[in-house]
Parts: sequence; C-alpha cells; structure tokens
Amino acid sequence: MSWLTRVRNSLPFVAKRETPDNLWVKCPRCHEMLFAKEYEENLSVCPRCDYHGRIGADARLGQILDSGFELLSEPVVQEDPLKFRDSKRYTDRLKQARASNPHRDAFQSGFGTIEGRRAVVGVQDFMFMGGSMGMAVGQAFCNGAARALKERCGFIVCTAAGGARMQEGILSLMQMPKATVMTRRLREAGLPYIVVLTDPTTGGVTASYAMLGDIHIAEPDALIGFAGQRVIQETIREQLPEGFQRSEYLHKHGMVDMVVHRKELRQTLAGVLDYLSPAKAA
Amino acid sequence: MISYLEFEKPVAELQTRIAELRAASQGDDVDISTELQRLETKSAELLASTYASLTPWQKTQVARHPSRPHFRDYVERMFSDFMPLGGDRLYGDDEAIMGGFATIGGRKVMLIGHEKGHDTQSRLRHNFGMGKPEGYRKAIRLMEMAGRFGLPVVTLVDTSGAFPGIEAEERGQAEAIARSTEACLALPVPMVAVIVGEGGSGGAVALASAERVLMFEHAVYSVISPEGCASILWRTAERAPQAAEAMKMTAQDLLGLGVIDRIVPEPMGGAHRDPAAATDALSLAITDELNQLVGRDPAELRRKREDRFLAIGVKG
Repeated sequence: MSWLTRVRNSLPFVAKRETPDNLWVKCPRCHEMLFAKEYEENLSVCPRCDYHGRIGADARLGQILDSGFELLSEPVVQEDPLKFRDSKRYTDRLKQARASNPHRDAFQSGFGTIEGRRAVVGVQDFMFMGGSMGMAVGQAFCNGAARALKERCGFIVCTAAGGARMQEGILSLMQMPKATVMTRRLREAGLPYIVVLTDPTTGGVTASYAMLGDIHIAEPDALIGFAGQRVIQETIREQLPEGFQRSEYLHKHGMVDMVVHRKELRQTLAGVLDYLSPAKAA
Repeated sequence: MISYLEFEKPVAELQTRIAELRAASQGDDVDISTELQRLETKSAELLASTYASLTPWQKTQVARHPSRPHFRDYVERMFSDFMPLGGDRLYGDDEAIMGGFATIGGRKVMLIGHEKGHDTQSRLRHNFGMGKPEGYRKAIRLMEMAGRFGLPVVTLVDTSGAFPGIEAEERGQAEAIARSTEACLALPVPMVAVIVGEGGSGGAVALASAERVLMFEHAVYSVISPEGCASILWRTAERAPQAAEAMKMTAQDLLGLGVIDRIVPEPMGGAHRDPAAATDALSLAITDELNQLVGRDPAELRRKREDRFLAIGVKG
C-alpha cells in the first residue's frame, strides 16, 4: 500500500478506495489510456502525443539530479497570519493539501549533482494548492538560493504555479521582491540562475523569479504568462491567437531561450552549467 | 459637484437638504442661518463617523474615486518644475506610467508613478493607469539613471494592476515587472514609494519595492482586486466586499503586518474632498522620509531595502 492510500484511508472524510492503486492513466490531451508504470518511466510524458504531464517535486528532483541528492528541509513560516477564510478556512485547505502530498508546502529544493555538476534544484509543485506562492514558497526559494550561494554552485528552479497564494493576501505579493533579493545576490556572486518553466507558470511567479533567469528553458506546450486568459479576454474582448501564452509562443517572442523536451532536460541543464560554471565567473 | 459614493448617501441627503434650504430662503426674510449651521454640523459629524469606520470594501471605493487626486494633481501641487521624460528606448512611451525630474522641498528627485486619467479622453490615453511592458521598462530606465546621478527616487503608486492584454504578454509583461522590481532593489539611492490610491498586485509592487513604503489613509494595496479574489475563491464577483475584508488590504492592516511603514492622513471624507490638504500631508511625509534617507551609504540603503522583504514570513 502506498503512503497515499494509507493517508487517504485514515482520513474519515474521504471515501475508502475500493479498487487498488490506479494501474492506468489517461493522457489529458490525446486521451490514450496509458499503463501508469510505463508513463512514469517515460518521465510522465505521453508516449503517443508527447504531452508533458504535471509532476510533483520528488519526481522532478529525481529526474534532474543524480541519485543520492540531499533534500533541503522545509522552512518554518508563519501560518495563516491573516486568519483567512473563504468558503473554507485556509488552515483546512492547507491540511487537505498536506494529506495528499508528501510535503508541507509547494516548493522543495535538493542539493546534489547533475551528471556530476553541483547544483541546487528547486521545484514548485502544482499539485500543492496550484503551486501558489505564499510565504513558505518564498522562503523555500530563498533558502535554496542561499544554499547555492553557500556552496558556490548554480541554482535551477522549475516553476509551476497559478500565481500568488490569495489566502496570504499582501504577504504573498511581498514574496515577489523577496525572491528577487536572492536572484540579485546570485547574480552579484557570479552564480548561474536557471529557470525551467513548466506547465503552468502564471501571475506573480512569472512576474518575479520565473523571468529573472540567466537562462530560461521551457517545457513544450507549457502555459506561461502574466495575466490569465479569461481576464485578458474579458478586458480586450478579442479572440486570443492560437498557441497564445504557450512555450513555443514565448520562444517566438523572445522570452525564453529554448523549448526542451523533458527527456533532454537533464542533459541540457548539464550543458548550460558547463558554460556558466562559477569558476569562470570568479 | 462632488459625486457621492453609495455608502455616503445619508451625507448626500443632508447636503441636498441644506442646498434646498439655501435656495428656498433666497430673498426670504426668515433667518435660517441657525438651522443651516445645525445641519452643516450634523453633516460634518456624519461624514466623520462614516469615515472613521470605513470597511475595506468602502475604502476600495474611496481609493478608486474618480475625483481622487492622481499623479498629475500631485505633480502640479507638490512638485515644482516637473520635467517629464518619455520612452523605454525599446518600443514606445506608455502614458500609464509617468516619470521625470522633479523638485520637492528644494530637493531634486526622480519622480515615477501611475496616472489613471481624469476624463474619458485622458483615461484612454493613460490606459486607466494600467501599465504595459514599455511603461515598466521606462521606469527601469529612469530608476537606473537616477541611481547613476544620485537622484533619490519617489514613486506614486495608483493602479488596478498591470495591463492584461495580448500585446502586453507578447512584449513580456511579466519580465518587465520582474525587472522593474529588481531595479528598485538595486538602487544605490534612497527610494520612497507611496500607495496613493490603488496598489494592484504586481503592477504596483514593481514600483513599490522600496525601503520606505507609505500609504494614504484610505488607499488599498493587495495581491489581487477584491472582485478578482471573490470570483476565484467564491466563484462570484459579488462577494468582493468579503474578499476585501479577508485580504487585509487597508493601510491600517498593512501597517500592522509590517508591509508599509507609515500612514499619510487624509482630510476628512477622503483626499478627493480636499486635494490641497491631502497634497500638503503627502508632501510633508515624503520630505520627512527623504530627509532621513539622503546621504546614507548606498550599501546600507540596499541592505535596508532587502532586509524588509527578507523578513516577511520569517517566523518570529
């Protein structure tokens, strides 16, 4: 039994699963039924249509870093300082998110090597409250950057978020300058800061650390933008162009350096690190 | 003629009665001055008590009031010899974000801010204060220049948010905002930011990542508009008043959270009722802040700015 099933079954308010763990997954794009294990072995990319599925922090770290990396501990931040409540309490939403995720919030970092090159890799997990940037995410980003500064190695961040975490109000907005303080420090220290934009990266995350990299790499067909498409449509009342706010569109408009298939991501990162090694900058 | 907000109706009704009474007594021998005096006092008291306990949603409406002073008004009243500077040297000039040399209290500064416009024509020209990438890139250019020539930077923030549009996305709205925030943080000169009306999300923070952040008494500053927040979390924009309450977006709340440093008092009934008094208070506050910052070491200024943001969220 996986930890997920264990947690799920121990929750009184979630119906117990009658069937065993799902053996099959359906590709959200081409609707092909895929054998879960094969899909995972294919880095959660659909073998038929190349759809790049959303993956959690652990899977992503495992795909990029060599085995044996160190997972950085999660920061302790103020929790629910606004006592926020919409249809649900924010604390309940957090509880719920934690019940179905191995981590306490949406940003994890690992320190290790990528094909032998030292690096800190930070990953935002869309599955945890839409990857939204609150104080925990902001602090985890800063801790990852601080570790890279200490180790004098590059900092790679895989972004995925709907934007700022509304339940933390203005404090989530303040994570934009906060994270930017650290990207500036990396720059001043001559250390590479590389952003991997994954599906989806929008709002305040895009408008801060996701767009401040030395190198911007996007996964194919990822949604990347500042404003939400519905908001844009309601504002301008025009049809949005095809492929709008997708990786290839951003590449065409000069916002990302390259669009890279997940299978080549690790190799590409290693290659970039070779050119931007701190020794050269020092 | 002042336009009254929904929640000011009782005050509006009293004022109408006063006006009617005045008109009716014209040429009459009956002395109504005592009655007028009584009504005026009552009206003033009502206004005072209304404004003493505005809800966050009511404050949002005050902050958006069409007659509230804007960048242009502050420039005229508060700064002498404003010399507007235009263009980002890359694409164009965005009039939603204005900037240029200005003098306040005898001190030369770089002044940057959002301008919403005051009538249909000027609102269109200024795009309702919603900046595009070229606007933020102009701000970056001006901030960097200010840094090189030792001019303190003063920003007046008043925007519902950065412009959400196709061409803004194509030209890198997100990147422009991120770089503008970065430019604030990199300044070797003092920076004082004032949220004068609406501080809407990334479009505001891009001009407000300063070591001293001031806010007008009835201004609002938030991660998303109350309507936007309500439509996402409650699935209807009609819950905006609740969203405004939940997000803690008033100057009083934000001072408590350590997000802003100082509240600039507004005249009774809001800045739009007495722009001259509002401007005087703002001028005094900005001058005072600059006096305390000018002459400090660039590294110390940067450190002060960085520390304020790094501290947010840290448990303690």
